[in-house]
Amino acid sequence: MSLLDVQELSVVFTQRGREDVKAVDGVSFRVGAGEIVGVVGESGCGKSVTALALMGLLPEKGVVVKGRAEFDGMDLLALDQRTMRDLRGRELGMIFQDPLSSLNPVVPIGKQVTEVLTRHRGMANDVATKEAELLLDRVGIPDPRRRLKEYPHQLSGGMRQRALIAMAVACKPRVLIADEPTTALDVTIQAQILELLKELVHEDGTALIMITHDLGVVAGLCDTINVLYAGKVVESAPRKPLFATPNHPYTRGLLGSIPRLDSVRGEPLNPIPGSVRDLLPWAEGCAFAPRCERVIETCIEATPELLGGPHKYRCVNPVLGQSAGPEHLLEQE
Amino acid sequence: MTSNSSLVEVSDLKVYFPITKGIIFDRVIGYVKAVDGVSFSIGQGQTYGLVGESGCGKSTLGRALIQLTPATSGTVRFSGVDLTSLPREQMRAQRRRMQMIFQDPMSSLDPRQNVESILSEGLKAHNIGADRDERRDLISRTLDSVGLPQWALSRYPHEFSGGQRQRIGLARALVLSPELIVADEPVSALDVSIQAQVINLLDELQSQLGLTYLVIAHDLAVVRHISDVVGVMYLGALCEEAPSDDLYRKPLHPYTKALMSAVPVPDPELEDHRERILLKGDLPSPANPPSGCRFRTRCPWAQERCAQERPELRLVEGHKVACHFAEELSA
Repeated sequence: MSLLDVQELSVVFTQRGREDVKAVDGVSFRVGAGEIVGVVGESGCGKSVTALALMGLLPEKGVVVKGRAEFDGMDLLALDQRTMRDLRGRELGMIFQDPLSSLNPVVPIGKQVTEVLTRHRGMANDVATKEAELLLDRVGIPDPRRRLKEYPHQLSGGMRQRALIAMAVACKPRVLIADEPTTALDVTIQAQILELLKELVHEDGTALIMITHDLGVVAGLCDTINVLYAGKVVESAPRKPLFATPNHPYTRGLLGSIPRLDSVRGEPLNPIPGSVRDLLPWAEGCAFAPRCERVIETCIEATPELLGGPHKYRCVNPVLGQSAGPEHLLEQE
Repeated sequence: MTSNSSLVEVSDLKVYFPITKGIIFDRVIGYVKAVDGVSFSIGQGQTYGLVGESGCGKSTLGRALIQLTPATSGTVRFSGVDLTSLPREQMRAQRRRMQMIFQDPMSSLDPRQNVESILSEGLKAHNIGADRDERRDLISRTLDSVGLPQWALSRYPHEFSGGQRQRIGLARALVLSPELIVADEPVSALDVSIQAQVINLLDELQSQLGLTYLVIAHDLAVVRHISDVVGVMYLGALCEEAPSDDLYRKPLHPYTKALMSAVPVPDPELEDHRERILLKGDLPSPANPPSGCRFRTRCPWAQERCAQERPELRLVEGHKVACHFAEELSA
């Protein structure tokens, strides 16, 4: 049973005198309680806009959002601002990439965490402060009582991100959207934060939507992964088959371009030629066709459909069979 | 692993930044020890990779190496010449031989200059090329070598994509035919598919031109891929240095181990069975580093001796490691 069911979400940015920009183009996925779904793609593929659309955080002017996002029998995309405001923070939580710019610099951390609790859980100030202390402790901030009085600039990057997570989970939301939560952090801190997110999902049964560009992060964390390219899902699969047999040439290309800690050194990487700018509109065929090495004539005739069982891909000439991963040095150890 | 002809030799380099207090008269109340006694050498034609987390001093070290930040003490020898004691004018002449590539090409390229003007600035400063035609000839050859089209000459930085801008940055460095290139996070601002293109380009240029690289990055996988020797920095000092493959196959310093285990690998089968060493807490302040071993406050294996004695880099199993217990931990 899925908790959040996103169907055919599309977001179009319009501006007078300019061509419309289709940032998200018919994206569908589901998340169940206690499940982690990954949305992966490079910059400009529409992954952050997807998150903002679901949270109702896009501006009202100049944006056309279509599709459905069913949550608890409601369509998130059709709700009015007031209802949405009640849901955000209580039922839907969000963690942003850059904690420094999403925390208020002139308000102490404690106040920012208790605000959520008094607003949504109707707690009195002193109760909220105690609860905030517990929350900070839970996300692994040492000496929480002292930290509550400090301002964001006094905390380190990792600690700020923890404070932000504490705020997001303060009301035990049922759906948590994390938009590049570890991109601004160092690897050792990233490992701590990912471990923390995993724990939260397992303990509270939260549904987590993990938005990232890092295939390494989703490999260890997500149950299902959606790969986005130019606003459309090009491949969607449970994590193991996705990494073992990527069917879409783009997914395969992404995996081939990452230097890995466990790959054989000295071999050149296989980058995807061109850049994200070289694309064909989806209406005319496959957007990835201009960069694809497996391009055939049917690619530029019509929009390919997302087909297949649990492992779905949008390609008329998919890579079938072989594994893309290099030999594992670590496994020999 | 030490090449018999090293291009760069750094010995006991220290860079301290004063912390001052006072309204009218500044009083120095302490120092941020960004780089605190680092020694290493880079062989001719080699790539030395410097990894570490933010705030460990890797960028300051890179800048001090080419004298963009003055060193507090220690020496940097560049093909035998001590750069730290060189008079200004002579240093300026040396600069042609060492160039730098920055992380964010958008902020390191002047938006008001077109590519030709960006690339000819260095040539003019060093009096290379007799006239505009000769310089243009040199520039267009450089553009070819970094894979940019000729029409790029009259364009401005904002007209290019991130990957192309990084190529312009690279061309700006290469046009002076330097011997050493210091690349500070050369690919971390780029998308993965573009990242791979730039990494391959760096590789190709090195084998064509015999360049020596110092690559500074926080991404261990990237550093491993392009470097011959890797140095791991923690809080202003090197804690381990080894040939790239050795370091990744068998890290000896506890910090290197933790760092390596924290890097996610895009392979679910592997991720499920990996042992993670989770470090507690954050990097201590470089203004007030811990006594003894700098890593001891976060080290899972820390003992009493670690608080008292600062471990020196020493040779263990072909690695240089700064840990009292490297042998025990490797067993």
